[in-house]
Amino acid sequence: MDVQRQAFKEEAYELLAELETSLLELEETPDDMEQIGRVFRAMHTIKGSGAMFGFEDIADFTHNVETVFDQVRGGSIRVTRELVNLTLSARDHIKDLLDEGGGADEIKANGIIVSLRNLLVQDDADEEAEAEALPEIVHAEPAVPGPVVTCRIRFRPAPDIFASGTNPLLLLNELREMGECSVTAHTEDIPPLKDLDPEACYIFWDIILTTSHGTNAIKDVFIFVLDDCELTIDIVDDGERVVDGAHPDRLGEILVRRGDLSDKHLQKALESQDRLGEILIKEKTASRAAVVSALAEQEQVKKRIAQRKETAVSTSIRVPADKLDQLVDLVGELVTVQARLSEKAATETDADLVAIAEEVEMLTGGLRDNAMSIRMLQIGTTFSNFKRLVRDLSGELGKKIELTTTGGDTELDKTVIERLKDPLVHIIRNSIDHGIESPDVRKAAGKPETGTIHLKAQHSGANVLIEISDNGKGIDAEVIRQKATEKGIIPIDADLSEREVLNLIFSPGFSTASKVTDLSGRGVGMDVVKNSIEALRGSIELVSRKGEGTTITLKLPLTLAIIDGLLVTIGGDYFVLPLASVDECVELPRNRDEKRNGRNILNVRGEIVPFIRLRKEYGIQVDRPELEHVVIMETNGKRVGFVVDHVIGGHQTVIKNLGSAFKKARDISGATILGDGTVALIIDVNKILDF
Amino acid sequence: MAKTILTADDSASMRQMVTFTLKGAGYEVVEAVDGKDGLSMISQSKVDMIITDLNMPNMDGIEMIRNVRTMPQYKFIPIILLTTESQDGKKKEGKAAGATGWITKPFKPEQLLAVVKKVLK
Repeated sequence: MDVQRQAFKEEAYELLAELETSLLELEETPDDMEQIGRVFRAMHTIKGSGAMFGFEDIADFTHNVETVFDQVRGGSIRVTRELVNLTLSARDHIKDLLDEGGGADEIKANGIIVSLRNLLVQDDADEEAEAEALPEIVHAEPAVPGPVVTCRIRFRPAPDIFASGTNPLLLLNELREMGECSVTAHTEDIPPLKDLDPEACYIFWDIILTTSHGTNAIKDVFIFVLDDCELTIDIVDDGERVVDGAHPDRLGEILVRRGDLSDKHLQKALESQDRLGEILIKEKTASRAAVVSALAEQEQVKKRIAQRKETAVSTSIRVPADKLDQLVDLVGELVTVQARLSEKAATETDADLVAIAEEVEMLTGGLRDNAMSIRMLQIGTTFSNFKRLVRDLSGELGKKIELTTTGGDTELDKTVIERLKDPLVHIIRNSIDHGIESPDVRKAAGKPETGTIHLKAQHSGANVLIEISDNGKGIDAEVIRQKATEKGIIPIDADLSEREVLNLIFSPGFSTASKVTDLSGRGVGMDVVKNSIEALRGSIELVSRKGEGTTITLKLPLTLAIIDGLLVTIGGDYFVLPLASVDECVELPRNRDEKRNGRNILNVRGEIVPFIRLRKEYGIQVDRPELEHVVIMETNGKRVGFVVDHVIGGHQTVIKNLGSAFKKARDISGATILGDGTVALIIDVNKILDF
Repeated sequence: MAKTILTADDSASMRQMVTFTLKGAGYEVVEAVDGKDGLSMISQSKVDMIITDLNMPNMDGIEMIRNVRTMPQYKFIPIILLTTESQDGKKKEGKAAGATGWITKPFKPEQLLAVVKKVLK
């Protein structure tokens, strides 16, 4: 832009020089229309381009001179010596403004403006023109989408629309980008070929549009042709009508309301047995296009109402929570018994038994999914609880903070949501306390005074991602590194990536708060947050840019009670790995170790993957089989292999707690009972990697 | 093939800004210093769209639009008129002369591109 500002200045200096010459000549020949036009254009260009390139003061001032010369041009003001003098001093003032040296005298400038205005001839027509000012393209993307409404738009361009270079199809395309849209073209006005003017537009359109942009945005699409077309926009569904007794309007009703069909014709048609639309077309009482368009409207509104009906019904029964817990327990037992049945049936030859076992397996799967889904709650309620927290705490600290949320309709297991609340409070408090700066600091950094904390929830496979982001000052990796070194968490010469350094704040005993406040720094650090998230079999990840803000992402399983697991064996014992994080399984030949000098690294299609021998991890002494398997899992964005003896396959895993006796078994998150009664341990992948 | 747009403006800085914005968005741009210059340029080589200033020496924007519309190959191309706020009457006059739409100065590059996208296929 600086180059363009410079270009404007050069141009303006040139124009001012020309202006001087023109004015002096004008003094000699006051009626020279060409010179008058030249002065007007010079002022006009300086004003127009000045505003474009950020010289608003010049544009505002020059506007006054331009207005006068517009009237001179129109013949209502005559060129006098006084006018030339005034314009010359105006020219000098513009030059002073351009110099930006502070030489511009504002008092003198006001004097010039007043004198110029006194010259103006009051013209009523001018005011009138202003009153019916034409609309402008403001390129407004609505910041907050409004309610979703369905509109019927009838767009009938004037026959000569093409003469202004307008392509109506582009306008229709623009509408299509705004939401679900069906367009029907009315071709009934097209005359026989001999009467047809190939340059005229005979077609008009009915458009049914479901959009959140609002009717003003729809009008904006037609901004250039508003005077050259008939445009009607009617809201046919305001997004609130729910099914209680209401049905989408019938075809006949729509046609009559639009005026495409008379009530009498409708009644007559209804008495016959054929489909209404077909009759109307056959009898030529309504055109085919009109019927097709009305049907499209009916279809689209019907769909919207059906969607709302679904959401309206889903909140209708209240059940005590412990009944649900019991239900899930029972389903868990049932799943275990069903596994036994399936196993038994697999060894039997009785076809009936096998069929029954298969059916029970299918039904149990359905029952399990259903029971789980009953326990699902929307996270939105939890999100909105934080609004108050943010409001109160930010007030206490004298900060301006706004909490925004998206994905509040994302569902999570009730238990997960309950146990998620404390960690979320802690993270949000940290953001308020350390993340968002005070209004004056933000202003100085060129940010809006009000900081934003954004909560976002979304599904990702068998997990839910919850993102807490703020646009505060971010975390300085260098400060973290220093602090961690001071506290002996990392050695002084530790070679860590920025991401690893940032994630040190989850280490026990780490706190960067320079003073203890009511909010955070209560002796509970981010390590506790991390532990609570991991207790939910989730993971936590932090990304931060200094000066721009911090984003913490929590990855949580959808449910805690039953998971899809991958059953494996090591030395005759059974283990379960969470299937959601399993990427793939590959084989590991026994003689491999000699080739790699015992390094635990695997080449998977060109990618280097480190692996861990679970056999070693759990001290299993039994001999290794000829061919081992590596289960490659993705966790915290990294791929790590786990070496097992055999991979058996997918397993519906009902999670049982190990009980307090096994509290110290940190890398086992629970156990499950297999079909034959054997116990399989569920491996906590994140914990193993921590050690 | 990239679409070619003619920009007619007597202000060099305005031409520069329009050209810079349009080229950045992948359009070809030819520049003319006034209406007359614009007419002679488009009769030599074909353009797909015209963006013209209103007030120019020799031939102003509205007269240029009238002339363009008499040329058979340019009867239906989009033409955008650049005006200032004080000239609402001129917008109507421009529209009557055959302009497709208008942009009011001062405008941002994004607004210019939004309008071009709106009228040019």
